[in-house]
Amino acid sequence: MAEKRHTVTAFSRLAGGRLWSACKDLLPIVLVIVFFQLVVISQPLPNLGEVFWGSILVVLGLGLFVEGLEMALFPIGESLAQALARKGSLLWLLLFAFLLGFSTTIAEPALIAIARQSGEIAAKSNLIESTSIAPYALGLRLSVAISVGVAILIGTLRILRGWPIHYLIIGGYGMVMVMTVFAPPEIIGIAYDAGGVTTSTVTVPLVAALGVGLASIIQGRNPLVDGFGLIAFASLLPMVFVMAYGILIFA
Amino acid sequence: MLTLLFTIRDVLPILGLIVGFQLLVLRQPIPRLRRVVVGVAYVIIGLALFLVGLDMALFPLGQTMAAQLSDPEFLTGVKNSAPVSSWTSYGWMYCFAGMIGFATTIAEPSLIAVAYKAHEVSAGTIDRLGLRLAVAAGVAVGIALGAFRIVHGSPLYLYILAGYVIVIVQTIFAPRQIIALAYDSGGVTTSTVTVPIVAALGLGLSEAVPGRDPALDGFGLIAFASLFPIISVMGYAQHAAWKNRRRGKKRSKEERHAV
Repeated sequence: MAEKRHTVTAFSRLAGGRLWSACKDLLPIVLVIVFFQLVVISQPLPNLGEVFWGSILVVLGLGLFVEGLEMALFPIGESLAQALARKGSLLWLLLFAFLLGFSTTIAEPALIAIARQSGEIAAKSNLIESTSIAPYALGLRLSVAISVGVAILIGTLRILRGWPIHYLIIGGYGMVMVMTVFAPPEIIGIAYDAGGVTTSTVTVPLVAALGVGLASIIQGRNPLVDGFGLIAFASLLPMVFVMAYGILIFA
Repeated sequence: MLTLLFTIRDVLPILGLIVGFQLLVLRQPIPRLRRVVVGVAYVIIGLALFLVGLDMALFPLGQTMAAQLSDPEFLTGVKNSAPVSSWTSYGWMYCFAGMIGFATTIAEPSLIAVAYKAHEVSAGTIDRLGLRLAVAAGVAVGIALGAFRIVHGSPLYLYILAGYVIVIVQTIFAPRQIIALAYDSGGVTTSTVTVPIVAALGLGLSEAVPGRDPALDGFGLIAFASLFPIISVMGYAQHAAWKNRRRGKKRSKEERHAV
């Protein structure tokens, strides 16, 4: 009986909270598109039916995804991050930081989307074989995931050692500039975009928990100033690593 | 079915990490195991549904809007006219790109959180709504500029490197407490729903404009959308600090006068 009531409340919470917030992500876009179709283009949207059902799947999928993360992975991940920070074993902490960055990035839906698009475009322009779209996209995602892992590892060291954040950021910018000179032009666009994609649904909450957990344990640090900045660094290194991947693949 | 298998593969690393560390390093059982199992099932099914919807709705939406707004007939008003390459003809395209940027950013929950924190860090000198408007306007200008770049065909790195130089200069002058927050705000504008639509918009646009190659010119809109918030958050903080200083100066002058 209690079990049943629990399921019912879980469902109503899903319908009320998560689905609504997924809707809110889509709603501004829908409004702008409706405005343009009515006022500027003055035609109904082609393939409206499929877009409608697809949008329902997107909202439902994203809602379930985030609800599942918050039920299963975020609570354990957050308590793990805190426990490891408190335990004080540097090796385990750094290993955890790297793996956290890597594995959350592999599961990032926006990165899956953009890697697939990049593969299709590269095949269309005859840069790669059409049979190697999937391996190319996976390679792209793996380089982003490894780079986010490294970035979170360095960011963790930064919080522990108290390095100022802007040294890392400016160093990161420097690396991006240098790599841009050497990278083949076909990779630069997707490399720059990869930086903005890494930080969405899965990575940010867990990494922020790690950063705030670390900064609040170390004495004399302000979590607001120290705990953040991990995410910024995690969007610079992917550009560098994806350009390196481009040098490997295209050059 | 294949999608479901791939999603399981995508979710496996994070699952392995958390379960592995919990059991092997901390040597503690998983709390509330049943709930965790249900949650993992939600994650896998949700991701699979999202990916199917992506192909049905989000990619086509971006592509269709790009195709409609760069259709020669729409641009010139003449039937069967040749593709247009002049950048001045794509005004509605820039307008659409900017509006998508503004609308998705102003409603973004993580931006609301950033604005709240900035208000706190700056001891109230940074206005929450003002900051959100500044960031949304920054993203709008950024994506519109990115669309212009695709039509115009100038190299992406010039714009981004110029942006970096601005960020570095601002970093030197901006109030210390705001810097880390500003850097992190770069990620807030690119939600999971926005990224595929904006990417498809750029690719569709680069396919339609004559002389542009999607592989070379199509990407980069998201890079614009994540660079501009950093500039606008620091810019807004600098503006607030400057206004505060001026008010302080004015008051001390008035006090001197009164004496």
